[in-house]
Amino acid sequence: MAEENVLITMRDIVKTFPGVIALDHAQLTLRKGEIHALMGENGAGKSTIIKCLTGVYHRDSGEVHMEGVEGNIFNRNTMDAQNIGIATVYQEVNLCPNLSVAENLFIGREPRTAIRTIDWRKMNKQAQKLMDDLDIQVDVTQTLENYSIAIQQMIAIARAVDMECKALILDEPTSSLDDKEVEKLFKLMRQLKAKGVGIIFVTHFLEQVYEVCDRITVMRNGTFVGEYKIEELPRVKLVAAMLGKDVDDLAAIEKSEIDPKKAETLLTAKGLSHKGTIHPFDFEIEKGEVVGLAGLLGSGRSELVRCLYGADLAQTGTETIDGKELKIKNPLDSIKAGMAYLPDDRKADGCIAGLSVRENIIIALQARYGLFKKIPMSKQIEIADKYIKELNVKTASRETLLGQLSGGNQQKVILGRWLATNPKLLILDEPTRGIDIGTKTEIQKKVIELAKKGMSVIFISSELDEMIRTCTRMLIMRDGKKVGELTSSETELTQGVIMNAIAGGEK
Amino acid sequence: MAKKINGNNILLLITFVLFVLMYGIGCVIYADKGFTHLQTFLNILITNAGLICVACGMTCVMLTGGIDISVGSLIAMDCMILADGMSNKHMNAVTLVIMVLVIGLVFGTVQGVLVSYFDIQPFIVSMAGMFFARGMTAVINTNQLSITQDVSPLFYGWANAKINLPAFLGYMNKKGKMIPPFIRPSVVIALIVLVLVFVMLKYTKFGRILYAVGGNETSATMMGLNVKQTKMFAYILSSFLCSIGGVLYCLNTMSGSVQQARGFEMDAIASSVIGGTLLTGGVGNVIGSFVGVLINGTITQLVTTNGKLLSSWANIATAALLCFFIILQSIFALIKERSK
Repeated sequence: MAEENVLITMRDIVKTFPGVIALDHAQLTLRKGEIHALMGENGAGKSTIIKCLTGVYHRDSGEVHMEGVEGNIFNRNTMDAQNIGIATVYQEVNLCPNLSVAENLFIGREPRTAIRTIDWRKMNKQAQKLMDDLDIQVDVTQTLENYSIAIQQMIAIARAVDMECKALILDEPTSSLDDKEVEKLFKLMRQLKAKGVGIIFVTHFLEQVYEVCDRITVMRNGTFVGEYKIEELPRVKLVAAMLGKDVDDLAAIEKSEIDPKKAETLLTAKGLSHKGTIHPFDFEIEKGEVVGLAGLLGSGRSELVRCLYGADLAQTGTETIDGKELKIKNPLDSIKAGMAYLPDDRKADGCIAGLSVRENIIIALQARYGLFKKIPMSKQIEIADKYIKELNVKTASRETLLGQLSGGNQQKVILGRWLATNPKLLILDEPTRGIDIGTKTEIQKKVIELAKKGMSVIFISSELDEMIRTCTRMLIMRDGKKVGELTSSETELTQGVIMNAIAGGEK
Repeated sequence: MAKKINGNNILLLITFVLFVLMYGIGCVIYADKGFTHLQTFLNILITNAGLICVACGMTCVMLTGGIDISVGSLIAMDCMILADGMSNKHMNAVTLVIMVLVIGLVFGTVQGVLVSYFDIQPFIVSMAGMFFARGMTAVINTNQLSITQDVSPLFYGWANAKINLPAFLGYMNKKGKMIPPFIRPSVVIALIVLVLVFVMLKYTKFGRILYAVGGNETSATMMGLNVKQTKMFAYILSSFLCSIGGVLYCLNTMSGSVQQARGFEMDAIASSVIGGTLLTGGVGNVIGSFVGVLINGTITQLVTTNGKLLSSWANIATAALLCFFIILQSIFALIKERSK
């Protein structure tokens, strides 16, 4: 197949991890000046094939060719990849929080003075210009940790873009960005495309794919399913290709109904607040209710639940659960009161990569029992197996280390961990971020199922359609305040209504 | 945009203010014992010239998130090589100094390779280095050797060379004669090392990668920086600067013994921490460590000037200070976390 304009070809890529074949003769073709979506479920091998290209992983076999580079390319590390013009932005921000923004942009290739020392003034000036061009408002001399994850992600992208790259790989860069920032990113991607850069774009957001991409490569279970032109592949077919099955599943969930038992109130909070992050708010949730928190990134969604849960200590207000007043000083108090919290940053806050799947599932339950009452092994195995099966976790065995599972499966394990404690109130902060549609659907179904059994759930998500499908009531957050409430009985919950409420305008 | 005050700069500022304060108190209480003379301050520099070099190297290693506890023993070994070489083997001082520096490089390379390429905990690697160097010191010679003028006039000359500062900075002695303050060549070398390391950390690619590695090693790798090589060079630098420090230390003590410089590595770490370097890496600079050394020296000076206090009080004071700074660092970290 001699095709012109091809930038990178990867053929017959095989990569195995202990017990798992991550890539089984996978392939990928990137052309100059195109935006190429790489789609697939969790564990389909998207991240793995990219890491094989950028030198993070070393492939077992297969060929990689790139225009202008002799022979079969084997990148030993990311530096090699950068040297031949492949720049990458990963889902997790890979920058150094202790360095200034300017340094993060330029480290390794700083402008030099006549005597080869780093020219800080020039570097700051160039960095500021770069940020201004991209319309990102930051002071480049400040350390990176002063800025939000979203801005950090934009900076990571700016770093990759500013390097003279022929191919740019964006591995789920948008999962922490809000709409406006995504728009900025797309503008940038189109500019690069016009310059002839080939872009590989990994994302779970279908809308985004259809907005910017030219071509789609679909992967499933480590194999190549097909490469399609965007206009030849309608959404339904794309989803079907990714899942390898029809989309009835997706449709089914939308029809799910929830009957909130109006009778009992589980938790009430009055005047809770945390200085600097959230203004005093009242909150109430009934048994079997799924309450959604809608709002933009940084509107106080996460802060509200962190305050309820005691991850951030509330400075004012009271909280009662089952009619009893609750004094929460730290998360252990709330765990004992029957709360469970799945934080949005699962890498930092939940996932213990070095422990096995079983141990990760057991750990919260064990914490509740106390350190000295060990749960018998037979019981542990029983619980672990139950949740692996119930949540459909794809793992080689229950003793596989969690770190070896794909992102979505890690998320399921952590969900299983909290379900094992049989909580009265389950708080899910972006439980479906960065995971594929199949898993998303499974998690949504699970949430509805749990609510039917009488569990109360607080659900936070940036995807409105997902919230509409799962929630019975929605609180609207803006600038650290609760600004409104929408109930499915009063108004029909549609994206338009909610977005209007979030934006706060009557327009 | 108004420049936000950086927590780390505040720490450095506090360190500096504390030093000035301590020294000021010394000047008030012990004015009659000559504490106000510039020479007292210069003596602190002379005594601690070796520590300045070692602390510079230690800071570089700590910036990467590592640690090097071999430095105290390495100094003992350096001193022993110098003392034994001059007094028993009648070797030339210049040859010996070069030898010591080369040994430092080799020693550092071994540690660096083990830490970065074999991925062994820095604490364990440098602990092995510590035992090795201390053991080698005894193997070379178990006696307490002193370097006298007869043994090596050249080395003796270096140790006792005076570099006079302008006389008006001096003081009148009892006979009414102006005594100019002086420093030793070792101080000049230590200060040159300090400036060079400062420039390296701030203005070279290597220096900045040290910070990047300490900030987030995975990120640094992903950004295409050569993390392993950088870490290796950090340990080489530490051992090399330690060997320079060893020579300076020897010029001050003029002796070699197995028991020498015990706990010196802890002095270096303490100086760095007091100077604002985080043990977790990524934050700190050598100016802070320098002030840390000065604080260390001032404490000792205060205790010796007093004359009645047990010298162990200096340790207790250092302990208190360390606690104070670590708590302070935590408080700043907490404030930062809160304000997010």
